[in-house]
Amino acid sequence: MSVSVAPVELEEPATSEDVSPEHPWLTIVWNDPVNLMSYVVFVFQEYFGYDRAEADRLMLQVHHEGRSVVSNGSREEMERDVAAMHGYGLWATLQQDR
Amino acid sequence: MTAVFASSHDGVVLELEELERQILDDLAQQVIGLLEPDEAPPTDPLAAMVGIGTETELPDDPALARLLPDGFTDDPAASAEFRRFTEVGLRQRKVLDAQEVRRSLEAASPVRLDADQARRWLGFLNDVRLLLGTRLSVTEEPVELAEDDPRLPLFGLYGWLGVLQETLVESLTPRHP
Repeated sequence: MSVSVAPVELEEPATSEDVSPEHPWLTIVWNDPVNLMSYVVFVFQEYFGYDRAEADRLMLQVHHEGRSVVSNGSREEMERDVAAMHGYGLWATLQQDR
Repeated sequence: MTAVFASSHDGVVLELEELERQILDDLAQQVIGLLEPDEAPPTDPLAAMVGIGTETELPDDPALARLLPDGFTDDPAASAEFRRFTEVGLRQRKVLDAQEVRRSLEAASPVRLDADQARRWLGFLNDVRLLLGTRLSVTEEPVELAEDDPRLPLFGLYGWLGVLQETLVESLTPRHP
């Protein structure tokens, strides 16, 4: 290990990930072969309040691309959304947008 | 197994034959048996009150794992913490759904459901289909089964549960049309 006397370049402080506006957290719903398309649309409308067209668009994205970002916000908010999706039986996870 | 949900002026109705009623009741019992918390209640009274558990691992049983999935993408430590705070409540909700199904099946056919009961049924039907679908390893491709395939009755049941759920979704008007 070398010892340097040069001024130390401080690493970026470990800021709270929750409040970083450039990197919001995302709720992702993943495709699975069991959930009915009509049910997924129903859940997106009922829980997120999306209109039919937006709920359809997100459901089709899950179906065709395997996943879709259905909401974004703070870590705490996304934990709530993911827990709600699990309550409905949808396969969802949260992660930070990078 | 031909019963389907229909709308009525004050909710939804499901006309069931006795065998269909027994099958649904049996499935609800199985869901309750599978999902009732398998850990002793927490000794910390505060943890018990807010529903914090000790479970941190994805269940080994793939069907159960599908009902109680990880919360974070590729982050086992965060998923473990998330599970401690959510799994007890998630299991409770699913057990309550199945218990409500059993209660409504006690009445004579047809089963009549108000909006709250219908949502419990919807959750229950989805849970049962996830369990059965995972056990049958269903994919999005249609399945061709020989007439003597032992899985034929289960696929028949799985198909009927799908029709039940589909007709129940149709019968419920979204709050945000």
